Amino acid sequence: MAKTMEQTTERKARGQVAEIWHQFSRNKGAMVGSFIVLVIAFIAIFADVLLDYDTQVVGQNVAERLQWPSAAHWFGTDELGRDIFFRILYGTRFSCSVGLVAVSIGLVIGVTLGAIAGFFGGALEEVIMRSTDILSAVPNMLMAIVIVSVLGQSIWNLMLAVGITSVPQFVRITRAAVLTVRNQEYVEASKAIGLTNGKIIFKHILPNCLSPIIVQATLRVASAIISASSLSFLGLGVPAPAPEWGSLLSGGRKYIRDYSYMTLFPGLAIMITVLALNMMGDGLRDSLDPKLKK
Amino acid sequence: MHRYIIKRLLLMIPVIIGVSFLVFFIMDLAPGDAVDLMAPEGATAEDLMAIRHDLGLDQPVVIRYIRYMGGMLHGDMGISYVSKTDVFDTYMQKLPATIKLSFASILVSVLLSVPLGIYSATRQGTIQDNISMVLAMIGLSMPNFWLGLLLIIAFSLHIHLFPSGGDQTLSAIVLPALTIGTGLMATLTRTTRSSMLDVLKQEYLRTARAKGIPEKTVVMSHALRNALIPIITIIGTQLAGVLGGSVLTETVFAWPGVGRLIVDSLNMRDTPLVTGSIIMTTILLSIVLLLVDLLYAVVDPRIKAQYIIKRGRKKRG
Amino acid sequence: MAEQKDMVLEMENLNVKFVLEEETVEAVNGISLHMRTGETLGLVGETGAGKTTTALSILKLIDSPPGVLECDRMEVCGQDVLKMTTSELEHIRGSLVSMIFQDPMTSLNPVFTVGQQIAESLERHENLNKNDAWKKAEDMLELVGIPRERAIEYPHQFSGGMKQRVIIAIALACSPRLLIADEPTTALDVTIQAQILHLMKELKEKRNTSVIMITHDLGIVAETCDRVAVMYAGRIIETGNLDEVFNHTKHPYTEGLFNSLPNIKKRKHKLQPIHGLMPDPTNLPKGCAFAPRCNYATEACKERRPELMGFGGTHQAACLAYEQAGFHIERGKTNG
Repeated sequence: MAKTMEQTTERKARGQVAEIWHQFSRNKGAMVGSFIVLVIAFIAIFADVLLDYDTQVVGQNVAERLQWPSAAHWFGTDELGRDIFFRILYGTRFSCSVGLVAVSIGLVIGVTLGAIAGFFGGALEEVIMRSTDILSAVPNMLMAIVIVSVLGQSIWNLMLAVGITSVPQFVRITRAAVLTVRNQEYVEASKAIGLTNGKIIFKHILPNCLSPIIVQATLRVASAIISASSLSFLGLGVPAPAPEWGSLLSGGRKYIRDYSYMTLFPGLAIMITVLALNMMGDGLRDSLDPKLKK
Repeated sequence: MHRYIIKRLLLMIPVIIGVSFLVFFIMDLAPGDAVDLMAPEGATAEDLMAIRHDLGLDQPVVIRYIRYMGGMLHGDMGISYVSKTDVFDTYMQKLPATIKLSFASILVSVLLSVPLGIYSATRQGTIQDNISMVLAMIGLSMPNFWLGLLLIIAFSLHIHLFPSGGDQTLSAIVLPALTIGTGLMATLTRTTRSSMLDVLKQEYLRTARAKGIPEKTVVMSHALRNALIPIITIIGTQLAGVLGGSVLTETVFAWPGVGRLIVDSLNMRDTPLVTGSIIMTTILLSIVLLLVDLLYAVVDPRIKAQYIIKRGRKKRG
Repeated sequence: MAEQKDMVLEMENLNVKFVLEEETVEAVNGISLHMRTGETLGLVGETGAGKTTTALSILKLIDSPPGVLECDRMEVCGQDVLKMTTSELEHIRGSLVSMIFQDPMTSLNPVFTVGQQIAESLERHENLNKNDAWKKAEDMLELVGIPRERAIEYPHQFSGGMKQRVIIAIALACSPRLLIADEPTTALDVTIQAQILHLMKELKEKRNTSVIMITHDLGIVAETCDRVAVMYAGRIIETGNLDEVFNHTKHPYTEGLFNSLPNIKKRKHKLQPIHGLMPDPTNLPKGCAFAPRCNYATEACKERRPELMGFGGTHQAACLAYEQAGFHIERGKTNG
């Protein structure tokens, strides 16, 4: 008895953040995932310190073209003699930034609209939610393809397209979370003391809806990276010669018969990144929302 | 129940109008139009203007949209700018290939994931469970088109078991269906497992066991039927997803389906064909999702009761 | 000892614990039960005393892992349950022994009609074909006071009391020798409670079924039972026939239960609740589990665990205080 009492008080004293960390750190998958994410983030940030873009990443060296993996070129070389390992390393920067920026776009637009819909209700909510329905009635991939092919092929349009298609989910999640928080007493109290609506939304409601939004954002970065590389694979992404992973795959596909390593490694890079993000997101969900834990 | 179906069908109309509006205007934002792309070498500006006039492209976008929707009301989805064929017919020509691939993929996914999910749930926390969950996670994280490429390398280039593309032979469907199916598997296995885990905790299973029902029947009949709703939801969403065009897989395997049609017509700035195909896809998806909702009623009598109450019939007390 | 064939249940020294990641819950600690045909035993105790776990153990329905069941002897109608294979167990569940659960709201499968749920065990245990099983299921519904036409309806179309009737129909469909009723009326309205108890009593007498009535309600025990066993922290602390336990109470805990009962005839008297809570089953005290809450407890009670000892007839209680000559508990003033 006494022992459990001590444990509970101890846990309370540690506070919410510490408790979440405690849960998270016990999840091996989540820890491995987070570690890989950190390593990838490091590579993405310092790619230009690690490698010289002009000579090592896009510089052609026809003498060494189409070499199978070796000690000199770990992942082999492509049809222009460029080292695939270096290109994948540098590509981290493109894929991750597309994923992050796209999700940020979706997050900002979606959370704002969702919060407005949930907080004000009425006709405004109706308009926002019906527009969301329309946007999500078209399959995400199709919508993204339409947007990029219309706006033209560039990294910004790629981010925009993937970002827009992730708006509906953020709208729905935020609205649902706001709805559950809206009628709680501390929100009533803030209204009573005369805070402006904007202050109430951003200071009192949103911070209390953060968990599902954070989890969704993490998992969305993962799927945004896949979407972005898919669009690049179709030739609708980052223009050549930038070493975006999807473009690398698209390039490798032409040589799939005889040089299959060109197809293997870029895909592996995508998979590992996405896997790490998914494991991290799953762990976050389990620790942020203990109710969902099985 | 009929009234519920009609209501749902009516609700599709504003969504279709919204989608067509959205696509039509996004297409209008594009620099250049179909005429630029298909004009013969050396055509003069006047020639181009004449073609535009013929196609009605010299009109403002709002006028074109209203005209287009007017045609839609009569069931006329317009004529492709490029091939000059009827949009509806062109779409319908490509649809069977997509449907065939969709159902084959769903079949692969369901046959593998549902048993695996049940197996994992009944052995929660064991090594087998952990391994299948890790595999599901890996499947979830694999870009689908990459998996397709790997399958081509393994089964088509190395051991020449299946063709790498086209839809001429029956065996051609194997690799694309496996590609899409494996991609769907991850989500479906996880859903089946978590839904089963929820149900396996329920007290009515204890009642069934106390009646002497064999464990296998308890799991496969008593538990599974209660776990079906989330499983059906995911299968339905996935079916809608692949019917909407698995653009990537269709590209990788040169599968002549709807996804490829849309991408090709986008490249040609063929607005009527793009808009028409996307509207058709939206309608198709809405119908699939409606069918899923109706299937709920078959599976769960409580949901059926709700639909019937909506119709206003008095419940027996 | 009665004749062997007369015994429905013989259970010696049952121990059940749940081994969890961080702790071990000792739910049942050495319980023995013996029941004759036609007898009704009341198993009384607070929530968490291990009553349900004991009941589930008879059918071997304890989830394992985390449950670990140990028992010296467990025979149902002369058949050794401990040696049975899974399929043999599945054959006696619902036919020799059946069980009624506490919450009728969650105990019926929402996606099958009530008729199907009754017919299912008939098909399984009585080798009836679909039609005959269905007819007999309808008969069972009528027996528990539900019109037979309602067999095609689903659980959500029934009220709580009606659902419990359905559950009784399921439990009795194959005429079990032993019926375990786990708080069958706790979740029901008071008026419905009386109906259900009446129904159970009537059916039990008609079929000469033995019943284990698990409850925390002494009123129900007085109403329906021949014998009583009072459980506390996974042990039986007092047992005997109704008269012995109710009118010659030996254990301070049993006495406490009586003193906590409101008495409508003497409303001026204050209730005397038992202070404190049941001990944590993951961390049971070394001595008597009730000692921390007991008014009569001595130092010895904290050190040594009392065993059941006889008080004449079938009456037994586990309390160290009786080792001192002349000890007797004081009947609470609120009891009549």
